[in-house]
Amino acid sequence: MAAALHAAAEHTLPQFMRVRARRQELADTWTLEIDPGGPFEFLPGQFNMLYAFGIGEVPISISGDPARPERLVHTVRAVGRTTQALAALGRGARLGVRGPYGAGWPLDAAPGADVVVLAGGIGLAPLRPALYRLLAERARFGRVSLLYGSRSPQQLLYASELRRWRSRFDIEVEVTVDTAGPEWRGNLGVVTKLLRRSSFDPANSMVLVCGPEVMMRHVATDLAGIGVPPARVFISMERNMKCAVGFCGHCQYGSAFVCRDGPVVPLERLERLLGVREL
Amino acid sequence: MAPTAGARAFNAGELDALLQALRAEGWTLAGPRIRDGAIVYDEIGGAAELPAGWTDEQAPGRYRLRERDDRALFGYAVGPHAWKKYLFPPSERLWTAVRSGRDVGVSEEQAEPPPLAFIGVRACELAAIAVQDRVFLGGERADASYRRRRENVLIVAVQCGEAGGNCFCVSMGTGPAAASGYDIALTELVSGGHRFHARAGSERGARLLSRIETRAATGDDEEAVRALLARAGGRMGRTLDTRGLPQLLQANLEHRRWDEVAGRCLACSNCTLACPTCFCSAQEDVPDLAHARSERWRRWDSCFTGDFSYLHGGSVRASIRSRYRQWLTHKLSAWHEQFGSCGCVGCGRCITWCPVGIDLTEDVAAIRSGAGAAQQERREQDT
Amino acid sequence: MKTIEDLVTEHAAFRDLDAAQRALVAGCGRNRSFRDGEVLMREGEDANEFFAIRKGRVRLSVHLPERGETVIETLQEGEIVGLSWLFPPYKVRFDARAIGTVHTISFDGKCLRGKCDADPRLGYTLMKSFAGIMTSRLQSTRLRMLDVFGAPGGAAAD
Repeated sequence: MAAALHAAAEHTLPQFMRVRARRQELADTWTLEIDPGGPFEFLPGQFNMLYAFGIGEVPISISGDPARPERLVHTVRAVGRTTQALAALGRGARLGVRGPYGAGWPLDAAPGADVVVLAGGIGLAPLRPALYRLLAERARFGRVSLLYGSRSPQQLLYASELRRWRSRFDIEVEVTVDTAGPEWRGNLGVVTKLLRRSSFDPANSMVLVCGPEVMMRHVATDLAGIGVPPARVFISMERNMKCAVGFCGHCQYGSAFVCRDGPVVPLERLERLLGVREL
Repeated sequence: MAPTAGARAFNAGELDALLQALRAEGWTLAGPRIRDGAIVYDEIGGAAELPAGWTDEQAPGRYRLRERDDRALFGYAVGPHAWKKYLFPPSERLWTAVRSGRDVGVSEEQAEPPPLAFIGVRACELAAIAVQDRVFLGGERADASYRRRRENVLIVAVQCGEAGGNCFCVSMGTGPAAASGYDIALTELVSGGHRFHARAGSERGARLLSRIETRAATGDDEEAVRALLARAGGRMGRTLDTRGLPQLLQANLEHRRWDEVAGRCLACSNCTLACPTCFCSAQEDVPDLAHARSERWRRWDSCFTGDFSYLHGGSVRASIRSRYRQWLTHKLSAWHEQFGSCGCVGCGRCITWCPVGIDLTEDVAAIRSGAGAAQQERREQDT
Repeated sequence: MKTIEDLVTEHAAFRDLDAAQRALVAGCGRNRSFRDGEVLMREGEDANEFFAIRKGRVRLSVHLPERGETVIETLQEGEIVGLSWLFPPYKVRFDARAIGTVHTISFDGKCLRGKCDADPRLGYTLMKSFAGIMTSRLQSTRLRMLDVFGAPGGAAAD
């Protein structure tokens, strides 16, 4: 009993950690490197609840390298009160961390299969730990592709890493943007178009998707169209996670508590619900 | 919790002795009493504070107390309160963070709640407590606060001799007989000598019964209990056809009935507050003015509020239609998948305390028959 | 050396045509390559030609007086540049320029329209393929109209 209580407390109390470094990624997006004060083990795709003292707490996916648990990395888009406060935390500042929570990307679900990582906008952040692992354990997978769509060339997240990955021969990196000037020599068009161009084998692949919900709905339809089984498609859902342990009820989506049963969910489970408005 | 001794019977006047025995053991008593024109659950000192001679009249959007022509102590159905207010308080502090210099210390709320004896728990309420036990304690993680409170509770159930106008426990398989989850189950028998039939459901229940003046229950007592329960069971104010209910609702997420209900629903969240199983909560951070100390509070929340489904930029469930649909499909459908049972126990509180009298049994029937509009018309003619 | 028919056979846009139909289509096509920045089509010209991209990337753009060249979309290997040849008034609506070297099969639209009129089965199959292309372009355009990667709307509280 005492042990159970202790475990419960661990998951509901924030631990205060120090920001080690802060880097601006985009106009409204910062990456914080946090000193977890010891190894912080997590699964790619999991999230933490980040607490800005006296202001509020928000779910933010972990975007660092799972092989480097001594660095806790979060990329935060400053769109509200709490995320603005978090993004403004400088070196040495403290923030509360609860987690890690939720189900991650099931990288072991399909050994040897091609892996397609499809990200839109800030959706690349929760997928980056998966990419680190895919590349670290490259031999375990078939073809690996990163298909990334963003608003403009200026708003490509992790641009230097994208360049680095692109120069590798063991991963296909395709980037597209919604708008760009004539100097842009890359793709301009909707991210789903990259799926049709990519060279993976639909029948023997696993697709990891994170981006705006409407993008994921279109991706789901397109993947079905080219013959990827829905059991092999995983999407990272976003809902109003508050307690992160399945008690507060806010993040329900159908019968799933996104905090606990997700955020990564097999498309198979949600397929029927994705088209339902205001669910 | 199997009965640990044969059934007993005692005179109505002896009930206070049972309550005083509980107090002597250190239990604080929580039970029914009249306040603000309703029978509510509150701290009581003894049997004298029970609502003797009162009953409640319930209909959609309607609750009135009425005097009975006898002195029954538990002669009502259920009031606006549920026991969840004791096990899952409407608001509670979870932790406090204090800043000193660059460091921050966090302390968890550890207060031991006082031992509480619930007096007068209905069969549907036992079922509701069991439902919340599964929610808060049944998963991989247990809710520490709920556990502390739950472990300090003793339950004296009272089986129903009356069925309220909005009751449908028979449909939900939760009553009127108390099946399990109690320390003592009482049945109040008024005619043929005001007395209680008592069954222990635990060792401590049996021990308590041994400390007051009882006699072995007779065949007549048993027959009277059976007759009373049969009478209550036969007079349910509502029915809910639960056959295939989870699938029925899932298949009808776009049924026009949702639009019809949305036309009446005020999104006031009364139903979720009165519901004995609704468990959603909000987390709030309450800093002091100096920004040196901040508390995390948990408060009851409702899926009917706009904030509930907030996602950067707006609410996922902007319409009342979608909020009512969320509430009902969660309660009657998703709950099965989440917690292995229905989330509704048939107490009827949501119907009674809805200011516009929305009746979930009617909505389900309308969805089942596919004739939402016709049901609506009939309802309007009735009122 | 590959024949035009071989190239047509290899191209994704003509997947649904049978061998005889591909031969008919190939009869209206020829090999054409473009250097970086070279114009494939220009807004306002008669739309007598269209291109099946074999290699390379093409940008569709429009010139706005206040913004200069504004890119609408890029197209690449396996895609078709030019849809205006299908319907009156047969006028090019956007500029198409090569990004890097681009290899195409260029088709005489007038020639192909004639063959489609003479052979309704070919016409139907080809129109179906082009309707598929147009549908997916329309859907993509609509999705991009939403600006889904833009800043979330409304007053954010978190």
